[in-house]
Amino acid sequence: MRVHIKVNQVQRDCEVESRALLSDLLRDNLRLTGTHRGCDTAQCGACTVHLDGVAVKSCQVLAVQADGSDVVTIEGLAGADGQLHPMQQAFSECHALQCGFCTPGMVMSGVDLLRTHPRPDTATIREALEGNLCRCTGYVNIVEAIRVCADRMAAKGV
Amino acid sequence: MNPNVQKSSVVHIGDSPRRVEDHKFLTGRGQYVDDLDFPSLVYGVPLLSPHAHARIVSIDVSRARQAPGVLCVLTGQDAIDEGLGGFPPLFMPEDMGGPKGYRTSRPVLVADRVRHVGDRVAFVVAETADQARDALDLIEVDYEPLPAVVELSDASAEGAPQIWEGAPGNRCCMVMFGNEAATTDAFAAAAHVTKLELLNNRVSANSIEPRCAIGRYSGVDDTYILYSSLQNPHGARQMLAQAVLKVEEIQLRVVSPDVGGGFGMKADPYPEDAMVLWAARRTGRPVKWVPTRSESIATDNHGRDQKVNAEMALDAEGRILAIRMRSMHSFGAYVMSAAVAPLTFAVRFVPSVYNVPSFHGVNVAFFTNTCPTGPYRGAGRPEATYVCERLIDQAAHELGLNPAELRRRNLIRPDQLPYSTHTGFVYDSGNFPGLLEKALRLSDEESYPLRKGESSNKGLLRGRGIGFFIEQGGIFNDKMTLRFDASGGLTILSGLHSHGQSHATVFAQLVSDWLGVPFASVKYLQGDTDKISFGRGTYAARSSMIGSNALRIAADELIAKGKPIAAFLMNCPKDAVEFKDRLYSGPGGKQIPMTEVAKAAHIKAGPLASFGVGLEASGVWNTDPPNFPNGCHVCEVVIDPETGVVEIESYTAVDDVGRVLNPQICEGQVHGGVAQGIGQALLEQVVYDRETGQLISGSFMDYGMPRADDIPVMKTQLEEVTCKTNPVGVKAVGEAGTIGAPAAVMNAVHDALRAVGVTHLDMPATPLRVWNAIQVAKVRGQS
Ligand code: FES
Ligand code: FES
Repeated sequence: MRVHIKVNQVQRDCEVESRALLSDLLRDNLRLTGTHRGCDTAQCGACTVHLDGVAVKSCQVLAVQADGSDVVTIEGLAGADGQLHPMQQAFSECHALQCGFCTPGMVMSGVDLLRTHPRPDTATIREALEGNLCRCTGYVNIVEAIRVCADRMAAKGV
Repeated sequence: MNPNVQKSSVVHIGDSPRRVEDHKFLTGRGQYVDDLDFPSLVYGVPLLSPHAHARIVSIDVSRARQAPGVLCVLTGQDAIDEGLGGFPPLFMPEDMGGPKGYRTSRPVLVADRVRHVGDRVAFVVAETADQARDALDLIEVDYEPLPAVVELSDASAEGAPQIWEGAPGNRCCMVMFGNEAATTDAFAAAAHVTKLELLNNRVSANSIEPRCAIGRYSGVDDTYILYSSLQNPHGARQMLAQAVLKVEEIQLRVVSPDVGGGFGMKADPYPEDAMVLWAARRTGRPVKWVPTRSESIATDNHGRDQKVNAEMALDAEGRILAIRMRSMHSFGAYVMSAAVAPLTFAVRFVPSVYNVPSFHGVNVAFFTNTCPTGPYRGAGRPEATYVCERLIDQAAHELGLNPAELRRRNLIRPDQLPYSTHTGFVYDSGNFPGLLEKALRLSDEESYPLRKGESSNKGLLRGRGIGFFIEQGGIFNDKMTLRFDASGGLTILSGLHSHGQSHATVFAQLVSDWLGVPFASVKYLQGDTDKISFGRGTYAARSSMIGSNALRIAADELIAKGKPIAAFLMNCPKDAVEFKDRLYSGPGGKQIPMTEVAKAAHIKAGPLASFGVGLEASGVWNTDPPNFPNGCHVCEVVIDPETGVVEIESYTAVDDVGRVLNPQICEGQVHGGVAQGIGQALLEQVVYDRETGQLISGSFMDYGMPRADDIPVMKTQLEEVTCKTNPVGVKAVGEAGTIGAPAAVMNAVHDALRAVGVTHLDMPATPLRVWNAIQVAKVRGQS
């Protein structure tokens, strides 16, 4: 089946099987391997991307369902000039990543949280990360990075 | 490149520069095994046993072979026919002078008898992963089910089903430490004896990146390449080449690219690593294997699974006289990897940071029809700590003493160091009493009664617990190489392997500081047996000590090798040159940086060429004598007796990691370890059905992984009590949290629950278990 989809600002045209997931399309068809797969029960969130501006687990969306939509993956989050998104910067500053495997999903979820809650308290951040598993960091610095990013974006009026 | 580090700047030990690793991971450009692609790549999937214990009567793969896209189907009989060997344990107690045990050899594919759910029976390779999975369903295996045992008490019982004919009573091996007679005497003379029976729950590492592998084969020169999510590529090469494939090591290259967490579980190779290589040879195509999470949980080596009877003898003043333990440890169906390491450490660290005049401990390993266990972050130290710390708290309760006070009376004092334990350790350094007081202060011990009162006014149970521990950081020797290029860039070739621990940053920091080379011009290489001459990878919190000290030796040698070149450049005698303040200095205030000397060392002709070509040096460091990281963790919980929910209100960790190389990274290691320890204490358990051996907790829907809202804010503090037995002074940090947390959390839980009559609870303290325990205690109280 054919899927027309905009990914990271580029219009793409892909041939997929009907059972293919959006995560398969991104990883296998488009070789955007920053979107990770860590489970098969929609629990880990390593596959989180933005679908029409909203964070979704790309392993929970059929590729064909994403036909005609606009997807942003971790590869498309930094500016065209390579300038990292404030969330990416905050993750690095706060040491919010160790092995890096959960990181793309965490960053995409963090960005989505600030879209809906520009100044979340830590309880809200922790709750919002319910769907993202990390085995390395104990979440401490991830929560901190999202908080730091929120403060910074609010200060800049982003 | 690091945005906050100037291109030319030196970074120092003790700084926290932005990690070198971060940029690629933050932009989705990491290269984990599943991200690699090769022309004509095909996919392999193993058929896993659905039975915990069964004889394989027959296997029919003919329909699977005919299925669309299928290239080959391999079985256990094929492995035998082709002369493939099995996976041996890394070591057994007899290799270290202990009594002889039963050594298994795990086949790549099982031909005759499956021994746990998830045992590998066949391997299907097809053009696509879906085709391979579809074809799995077409394999017909006729199993004759056998009775299974999954619990230690069942496996050790009289008349239990036998898993290995050569291991009567399902006993695999045992370790023993201490002095039995002296301990018996001490117990006889004791004013008080505290006894506990404890279960240390089986858990799964569950790195978020699953294990996966790609095998390639070249018929041109009969060589293999394995790309695998492993912590120790050289070790994997050795085992796969020598024991399994029976080829020369030069015929096998192992690459472990970016690896998404390991926690000990990825320390050694698995049957799938051999399958993809074998299938690559059979099909002539690169073969990739990526499991589902359920397959990971069923086949990754698990951790812990121990049942202990422990006793502590005390005198009338609350001084420990002796500790005695009898313990059983489950090895699962095979002895895999360094399974014997947790078996051993679970005994050796029981005396912990206390002055224990007599000790005797025995740990017996049993086979069960479950997935094998192996080292999991802490490997035996969390078990040992759990025994000792639960005993101390229980004893304090029985004696009517404050648990901190009982510890005060028994901690090894700094003036007693070096201190020899009855389990063969000599602690070189530490300030245990200081750590305790600091942790109490930091966790606001003073106002605890106030908080407790407030909670009880709300009908909530508040408890506080300490988890004090000591461990051994590092094991075995290893090698690091430093190599300059002709432009003055420096490459670190590492025998160790980071899969989250930040080696590329910390090791660059060290050499930048020592040699005065710009941090940004240091490159770190690991994880490829073709690029790194030798190594043993990373596990057992070994990298900071072994890596740093090996690098120190290599750096000193580089300095010495560069001296004659520097002397030539400064036109002075060699003896007039010194390396100080990160520069070669000669007479008359002349100075030359290391990078200039390195460039000169590459000049191809003229007088400089007489010094040879290039500037390179290696260092080796051995863990003997080992180092002893230690820490005091304090946890405060609030339990709602109506729901049984345990909430961690605060968690304080004071850790003596020796010299702190990078504070931010050290603290990150503590956070992650504590979260895993909290997971074990409150949420996690691999559950098998006791009768059938079916895996119940087989997915992330059923296995309680800690999530962001399960983990509290932590107060962490690093104590720098420099290690005396290595020149850099480092201890270790990788396992600290996982070791201290289960004891701290469970002591807090018990402290809270004693108020309602609950005396004992095993991990994980889930809401249901806590609630049930409260109800049982209520009924008991009424009767
Ligand atoms: S891969 Fe999508 S939630 Fe785990
Ligand atoms: S950084 Fe490793 S899983 Fe989150």
